Amino acid sequence: MTMTMASTRDAPPPRPAPSGEALRLAGLRRDFGGFQALKGLDLEIRPGEFVALLGPSGCGKTTALNCIAGLQPLSAGTISLGDRRIDELPPERRGFGMVFQSYALFPHMNARRNVGFGLAMQRVPRREAEKRIDEALALVRLSAQADKLPGQMSGGQQQRVAIARAIVIRPPVVLMDEPLSNLDAKLRLEMRAEIRRIHEAIGSTTIYVTHDQDEALSMADRIVVMRDGLIRQTGTPEELYERPAHADVAEFMGYRSKLAGRVVSASNGRASVEACGARLEVSVRAPVSPGDPVTLMVRPEDLVAGTSGVVATVRISEYRGRAFFGAAQAIDGTELFFRSDRPVSTGERVTLGARPDQILVFAGSGA
Amino acid sequence: MTAVPAGRPTAVPLRVRLAARGIDGTTMLVVPALLAIVALFVYPFVYGLVLSLQPKVGPFTASYRTFFSDPFLRETVWNTLVLAIPTTLLNILLAVPIAFRVRLMSNQRLLTTILVLPVTLGTVLVAQGLLTYLGPQGWFNRTLLALHVIGAPLKLTNNYWGVFASLVITGFPFTFLLTLSYVSGIDPALEHAAATLGAGAARRFGRIFLPLLVPGLAVTFCLSFVQAFAVFPSAVLLGAPAGSTHVISIAAYQAAFERYDASLGSAIAMVMGAVQLVVVLLALGARSLFYRGPVGGTKG
Repeated sequence: MTMTMASTRDAPPPRPAPSGEALRLAGLRRDFGGFQALKGLDLEIRPGEFVALLGPSGCGKTTALNCIAGLQPLSAGTISLGDRRIDELPPERRGFGMVFQSYALFPHMNARRNVGFGLAMQRVPRREAEKRIDEALALVRLSAQADKLPGQMSGGQQQRVAIARAIVIRPPVVLMDEPLSNLDAKLRLEMRAEIRRIHEAIGSTTIYVTHDQDEALSMADRIVVMRDGLIRQTGTPEELYERPAHADVAEFMGYRSKLAGRVVSASNGRASVEACGARLEVSVRAPVSPGDPVTLMVRPEDLVAGTSGVVATVRISEYRGRAFFGAAQAIDGTELFFRSDRPVSTGERVTLGARPDQILVFAGSGA
Repeated sequence: MTAVPAGRPTAVPLRVRLAARGIDGTTMLVVPALLAIVALFVYPFVYGLVLSLQPKVGPFTASYRTFFSDPFLRETVWNTLVLAIPTTLLNILLAVPIAFRVRLMSNQRLLTTILVLPVTLGTVLVAQGLLTYLGPQGWFNRTLLALHVIGAPLKLTNNYWGVFASLVITGFPFTFLLTLSYVSGIDPALEHAAATLGAGAARRFGRIFLPLLVPGLAVTFCLSFVQAFAVFPSAVLLGAPAGSTHVISIAAYQAAFERYDASLGSAIAMVMGAVQLVVVLLALGARSLFYRGPVGGTKG
């Protein structure tokens, strides 16, 4: 920014590329000193697709988004839109719309001027710009708030202005960086549906960064789970939910109970595993042999208090409508999260079991 | 038996009534500060004002009349303004781009220390140094002569430019530190947002940063201007105190301590305060035309 005052008038940015071009990320790397935030990211995003980058904080998902937007330089790798390489372009010449976690609305401009900023930068003629601003504000249902300053609006309204501002320039790709994390729970649910509706209305490609698996599962066409700067698994929400490829992905997808066990016997797709002092029947996808250490993972709603399974002592029990959910401790100390149809109380002994197909089996003892 | 007599409302103790208005024991903590303000600011000001209205001879406005009827005295207002306003503006003009670069640096503390040094040295030492450095035999002229940029030494001391240089050097750190705090207060996400919307560096500065900075720069201007307007040592040491740099503080000093006319000296000090007030009010008035809310991109 030192050159800002000296630099000449900016060249008008190119018109956004027509949607319908795939975004290709190849070998994206980003190093901060000795720390590698991205360690080689490869991903191809189809036109019009809604992709969620999902992962815990520090996994590199926001860095990836900033690199795509051009806000951070790449250490290695290429980004291309259709057959054009764009990783060398500064952000203002990529034409991507971006929605920030902090909204980043211009505090001195009202909603209307915030939304119109990108159009003014593209030198869109006034009448067309006015029409498009009106359309964008109507799309996010904020027509009535057009003259308010950001400081006069609620968080949800501000975030909708930010979305309108990003999509009004008709970007080929919309980038969203945890846009809902500053909103309260109820508004978050509403805005999920709203963002999905807007995505379908404008038909542009959306890359959505989140650490909330529910958000990713409910909104995305495809989820990319990241960890430590690498992609762990890519797939549709159903694929990730039903068949996570790694224990850490499973954990992220809500398989909260994690039992270390050892295979006792195995035969055609079934195995008997000893874990937490009990013998559990599981279905296996990859072949296992007796004696193998394995990790079993189960969701709270599938681990039910019944008559057979692991014996554990109830630590916490909460009524969540229709059923009780709780945490219990097995004899060896393993923490188990379960469901019960009858009331259970703290300190009570329960026997927790699950159907063989509801238990995920991963090789190794699980770190 | 303990009932309150009928007809008389329940008396609320004074202490409770005061507390309801926010006045309680803690309020007493204001007293020392209040005493200091009264003793060190209000009393001297009122004393000076009264003194300025009690001339040695003539009606109560005589000291002010003396000031405004004598061109040599009257011109000090102009002499001081043409020093203080350009140097303040130049300092802000220099501080803004440097602050924009510095806000991205990780070693801000080292730079801040270097910049604060001239402040700690004081104006006299800086003036003394400049007198040698900018003098006819100083390094500045010698270098330019050696490079054949000039044919004869430039006269940079004992005139306007000597005081100008001194005010820029001593005023810059102060202006810069204030500017830096305003510049770093602007959420960097705003710049990112503007960039993704197609704004290049120049338009990011002109449309986003500048409008958000103007109120802060107006305050910076006021504080730096007031400091520069009170210029005294460098105007004497580096300037022409009987000519172009006969500034208002010199006039006040001469009236009070050379002519022993305390009333005239006080009157000049009052005029000085009034001029500063007018400039500050103009700057703050201009500021009110701009957006002055929070400069973050989020709900405050």
